[in-house]
Amino acid sequence: MRVGLFIPCYVDQFFPSAGMATVELLENHGCDVAFPEAQTCCGQPMANAGCSGDAAAAARHFVDTFSGYDYVVSPSGSCVAMVKHQYPKIVGNAASSVVSKTYEICEFLLDVVKVTQLQASCSKLVAIQMACHGTRELRLATGSERPALPTFSKPRQLLEMVDGMQLVELQRPDECCGFGGLFSIDEVDVSCAMGDDKLSDFQQARAELVVSTDMSCLMHLGGLSSRQDRGLKFAHIAEVLNGDWA
Amino acid sequence: MKHPEAAAGFVADSAKSSWHDQALWGVRTKRDAAVSAIPEWEELREQGARIKAWSLAHLDDLLVQFEAQCQQNGIVVHWAADGPEHNRIVHGILAKHRVKKLVKSKSMLTEECRLNEHLEAQGMEVIDTDLGERIVQLRHEPPSHIVLPAIHLQKEEIAETFHKTMGTPADMTDETELTRAARKDFRERFLQAEAGVTGVNFAVADKGIVVVCTNEGNADLGAGLPRLHIACMGIEKIIPKFDHLSVFTRLLARSATGQPITVYTIHFHKPKPGGEMHVVIVDNGRSALLGRKDFRRSLGCIRCGACMNTCPIYRRSGGHSYMATVPGPIGSTLAPSKDPKTHDSLPFASTLCGSCTDVCPVKIDLHQQLLAWRGELVKMGYGDRKKIRSMKLAGKVLSSPTLYKLAGIGARIALRGPRFVLPSEAKKWLTNRDLPPVPEESFRARYRRHQK
Repeated sequence: MRVGLFIPCYVDQFFPSAGMATVELLENHGCDVAFPEAQTCCGQPMANAGCSGDAAAAARHFVDTFSGYDYVVSPSGSCVAMVKHQYPKIVGNAASSVVSKTYEICEFLLDVVKVTQLQASCSKLVAIQMACHGTRELRLATGSERPALPTFSKPRQLLEMVDGMQLVELQRPDECCGFGGLFSIDEVDVSCAMGDDKLSDFQQARAELVVSTDMSCLMHLGGLSSRQDRGLKFAHIAEVLNGDWA
Repeated sequence: MKHPEAAAGFVADSAKSSWHDQALWGVRTKRDAAVSAIPEWEELREQGARIKAWSLAHLDDLLVQFEAQCQQNGIVVHWAADGPEHNRIVHGILAKHRVKKLVKSKSMLTEECRLNEHLEAQGMEVIDTDLGERIVQLRHEPPSHIVLPAIHLQKEEIAETFHKTMGTPADMTDETELTRAARKDFRERFLQAEAGVTGVNFAVADKGIVVVCTNEGNADLGAGLPRLHIACMGIEKIIPKFDHLSVFTRLLARSATGQPITVYTIHFHKPKPGGEMHVVIVDNGRSALLGRKDFRRSLGCIRCGACMNTCPIYRRSGGHSYMATVPGPIGSTLAPSKDPKTHDSLPFASTLCGSCTDVCPVKIDLHQQLLAWRGELVKMGYGDRKKIRSMKLAGKVLSSPTLYKLAGIGARIALRGPRFVLPSEAKKWLTNRDLPPVPEESFRARYRRHQK
């Protein structure tokens, strides 16, 4: 199975180890991974700013770059949600060649590769930062808003396969961190208040390491934590599943 | 003022903002508990959504049917194209009965039309009888929440207001005592009122029944004591059949406060003996909204306030930061359809986290509507022009592999250098947050080595 790897623009530039962990995880589970060098960005920053015309050029470029692969996999729930939910509105039928075969890394490992065990261990107390688009658009987990439905969580299911994994419980497990792309700049005061509350929730649960399916949440939370010397560590879930936090 | 500045003001008092967040999160938690007790909750939401969709698609016929049924029941029906016409009609009915004093239960429609101001300007005394609404009325403030109008106030602030306006002791801050004082004051005013105005939660087309839900019984008393009752409703309050009502009464209170049902759910069938009952049906921009495919589902809203209680922005920025009759996610999609210029920052006052969409009892796609509004507003020429220009540039860079690579190298160099060369957006990020350390190599550089 030929997997086209999509690495979000900001992960490419600032979080290469999250990208490398994704590559190694996929390769170790028998995937033929290719990283098409022509890739750029999914277009979400423009679409969320209301500039869907400007996002369309990036979206068409994404479709051209990835339509030849069996699967497209990305270590970002938010970018994948952009492809699956917004591309049909922005570029119409052209999106159909990628929409159904694009996956976030956790759902790909569980639902397509059918991973049942991992060669990884972790000695830290871990909190999961459930990223919103992963939870409420990709349905990677049952959101707290829908308690009448059966409970599941794909990120948790995978983390529980890691040897020695100790997950802590949060008071508000899937409250938004306040990043929200340009929201983090436009509404800087509310954004940081939301982030601070998340950090306090991680700390009251005694978490040492915060993991997420999206580095964008962690860039915001990590930036706040570092400024306040809170001493928390942050990692993409792929890094933990790959055994990088043994 | 736009939302970010108004929000910054509320957030600046971090103790109060945090208290507000926790108070509303408490309501959200009660809602979750009530919802978990109903295994068929998601099906119930689906039913609610479908009935509302059908009602909106057949609104013309249903409204005519409702009018005919009301008339058969002896209720007088009036039609108002907009807020001013609504106010004139209500005033006309009151003037005809020489009403000087009236009581009014909670109605977001009359807030929207600014009925109180209109009637007061003509020398009438309007007393809001929902306790929260009365508190904000005494403070000359608009409600900050549609179900909990005074949720932005702490009990000490309410004690001060009561002390100034009702003469209660300055140090009386106990909730029960404050409520007792308000009740005593209300009782006199109910007895003196010559007319009662209420809102409408549901207007049942096949029976001509008006349903009003409250927790305080104030609508019952206000409509029941005086001879004259005027119920004001937007055209979207229609539901087709009496059989559909239970779907909504089950959804409403659980979503609003986590109660199984509102304490009082009155069905007004006809005027009381010797009395008069009027229904004023108002459009005020609703039929225009019905014509907008991306946004019409917002007309299905049953005004439970669940999207406000769950919204992490609303909880921290307070209802007044929206500067709209209805705040929060639903308000942010309703307001721009009326006045896009004034409300152009509201669809951006969201991280698009989607929690509002998932709590909505009638499944309004709220966060998708907020995203769609952003596009509409940019097309209409509103929003931050500088940001839109930078998005045009980003669109070009991010659709070209060559430009993208150059920009990536540039960004990594710029972020290693002195901060004064950074664009203002990066500086705003850096006021409270650090940037991640810039790695030696990009992912693609590491990947190339990995392949060898």
